[in-house]
Amino acid sequence: MAEEHREIDALTGTATTGHEWDGLRELNTPLPRWWLWLFYLTIVWSIGYWIVYPSWPLLTNSTQGLFGYHSRAALVEDLDALKRQRGPMMDKLASASLAEIAADPQLLDFARAQGRVAFADNCAPCHGAGGGGAKGYPNLNDDEWLWGGKLTDIEQTIRYGARSGDSRARAGSMPAFGRDNILKPNEISAVADFVRSLSGLPAEAGVDLALGKKVFADNCAVCHGAEGKGNREMGAPNLTDKIWFYGPDKATIVQGIQNGRGAVMPAWGGRLSEPTIKALTVYVHTLGGGEK
Amino acid sequence: MTALVTTPLDQPAPGAPALAQLVKEVEAEGAPPEDDVPLYAPRRKIYPQSVHGRFRTIKWAALAVTLGIYYLLPFVRWDRGPNAPSQAVLIDFPNRRFYFFFIEIWPQEVYYLTGLLILAAMVLFLMNAVAGRIWCGYLCPQTVWTDLFFAIERFVEGDRREHMQRDARAWTAGTYARKAVKHFLWLIVAWWTGGAWVLYFADAPALVKDLATRQAPFIAYAWIGILTATTYALAGHMREQVCLYMCPWPRIQAALTDEYALNVTYRYDRGEPRCSVKKAEQLRAQGQPAGDCIDCLQCVHVCPTGVDIRGGANLGCIQCGLCIDACDAIMSKLGRPTGLIAYDTDLNIKQRLEGKKPFYKLVRMRTALYAGIITVVGGIMLYTLATRDSEGISVIHDRNPMYVRLSDGAVRNGYTIRIVNKRLKYRDFIVSVDGLPSTLVDFVGLPPRADGRQLVTVGPDQTKEVRVVVTDYSATPPPPSSSILFRLIDIDSGEVAEMRDHFFGS
Repeated sequence: MAEEHREIDALTGTATTGHEWDGLRELNTPLPRWWLWLFYLTIVWSIGYWIVYPSWPLLTNSTQGLFGYHSRAALVEDLDALKRQRGPMMDKLASASLAEIAADPQLLDFARAQGRVAFADNCAPCHGAGGGGAKGYPNLNDDEWLWGGKLTDIEQTIRYGARSGDSRARAGSMPAFGRDNILKPNEISAVADFVRSLSGLPAEAGVDLALGKKVFADNCAVCHGAEGKGNREMGAPNLTDKIWFYGPDKATIVQGIQNGRGAVMPAWGGRLSEPTIKALTVYVHTLGGGEK
Repeated sequence: MTALVTTPLDQPAPGAPALAQLVKEVEAEGAPPEDDVPLYAPRRKIYPQSVHGRFRTIKWAALAVTLGIYYLLPFVRWDRGPNAPSQAVLIDFPNRRFYFFFIEIWPQEVYYLTGLLILAAMVLFLMNAVAGRIWCGYLCPQTVWTDLFFAIERFVEGDRREHMQRDARAWTAGTYARKAVKHFLWLIVAWWTGGAWVLYFADAPALVKDLATRQAPFIAYAWIGILTATTYALAGHMREQVCLYMCPWPRIQAALTDEYALNVTYRYDRGEPRCSVKKAEQLRAQGQPAGDCIDCLQCVHVCPTGVDIRGGANLGCIQCGLCIDACDAIMSKLGRPTGLIAYDTDLNIKQRLEGKKPFYKLVRMRTALYAGIITVVGGIMLYTLATRDSEGISVIHDRNPMYVRLSDGAVRNGYTIRIVNKRLKYRDFIVSVDGLPSTLVDFVGLPPRADGRQLVTVGPDQTKEVRVVVTDYSATPPPPSSSILFRLIDIDSGEVAEMRDHFFGS
């Protein structure tokens, strides 16, 4: 080493590199040599990655690596491990009846967890993330059910849907009383106000509620019942309570009577597995409105 | 790169030759010299000599205590009953618990770790303010294990002189054999170090048995391997390089210290000018000043980092005090007073040089502040630890729907509740809600007991998530938002935990 070039900076007592730029000199505070070797070692180590993992792109593929690692295969492996881990509970869920699931707290927790995910994947687009519903899509948290709120009722609705085209689907529609010339406009207006009065909502001034009552008895009571309490066989909603499927305002009610209603729920029987349907049933049942 | 001098471009630096002069010199001498200055420093092997004395004894004691705790603590038992492990100190990753004697920390309580780290930092700063690098010299794992490895090295290869001579000569079979034995012993210690490490993460006696019968999980062997490698590399090979190049503390320490902090100091007021014993006698006879330092280099030879303390405080000095022992031994032999190297301050040296009395200032703004912070943080931690609840409740309101109107007009809100039971036994809880005129609380899917009450049973040291619906049945419609209080009550002990949330009416 050329010691003669070594120049000690007076201020710091440190040797300089000998480089000088217009009077500026660079102090030499050398790193230890082992650090340099470690640096080279990391470079050598990185070559190991080329060898054991897929790395270099080829024309149609890439080098595969000695370990045979593939991120897609690793994912499949992880999913399989998850399935194995859930296996016993899934088997239990598959073989248990709905009543058995509801009676077993551990299985109920498992089913609800499964159901929550399945609900988010399949049901949330219409019914909302928490089953809160929307206009024309029922709220699954409340205590009114169009087609019944027992476990078996809910399961049947999920499996076959409503007006879905499946022969076992929930069927029954609100006819288009106005469009099909069954009722005249003044009768529709009167019966709409009468329907509002069933749940204590005020009627419009000057409306003949007696006419509305008569129209209701002649046309609506067949499905909605003489007292307007609805009929779950037909999916006819209870008109006397505070829950409205489409809305309580007169215009919405008139629209329903004029054009009819027939919201469709798809049949999930062929699309979802049996345990998933059970899990969904239990989940919806425990949202808050499940009936015994 | 450091700019040494800043000079206006239009004029030469004071004392520097003018540009024209420089150009002339370059033209005359040709190109500047090649860049052959070494940019990477070679390692200088250190052969620390054995030493006896006060600080060596303290260091042996610190070594025995710290390593004793490290190697044996996992085997200390602590009975917690049937529902918890009986190991005094255990980091239970699978179950997310940390056990420390009578304390059990849950993952959501890691803020205690924050408190501990603050305490550790402040204690470190306080040590530094009182007497310099006490941590580095006596307690740092790097120091302690390196010290142990030095002891093994001296035991196998001999003390400094013998070891150096043997290394310098052509190596014989004996030399190789000694080196092999040394590395073997080092690896044994390193392996034991790694072995003790994993015992903190599982039941120690059971794991030892599993390790011996090759039944232990792979991760245990992997960590033993990693710790063996790091201990062997750091304590056997890297040694002082860790302190010189890797550790941030010497840099931080230098910024935190002040002129009153005691440090291992060469008292140059007494030591200089250095001269031999004979020369010193002659000089003293002539009434001229003579220093006590005889330049015997014992202080350098015993130094584990190869520092010459006589150069003053510096980054390489871990302040272990071994040079004090070495120097004291020499001074005793010479019949001179000991303490030529001692815990002292540069300020005191200057005082003595000026003929004034040295002084020590233990209570200063910074020591008082550090002690104050330690007291406050420690006090807060103790208080929260002593008064922490054995149960807890957290509440999440349903995001969708925010509220549900029932057929009779009542309003219902849904919540997901997590109940925490930190006791090591089963407990039954009841949840009530305050803040609404007329409410009904219903646990979804939880069958009521014979008396009609819905009780949630939470297992020992566990949490349980339940869904709760709260219905307001009051005749008047509830306001858009009411503040409500969830109250979790242990029906046996009556202990209560509370959590505030909202009830949305529209």
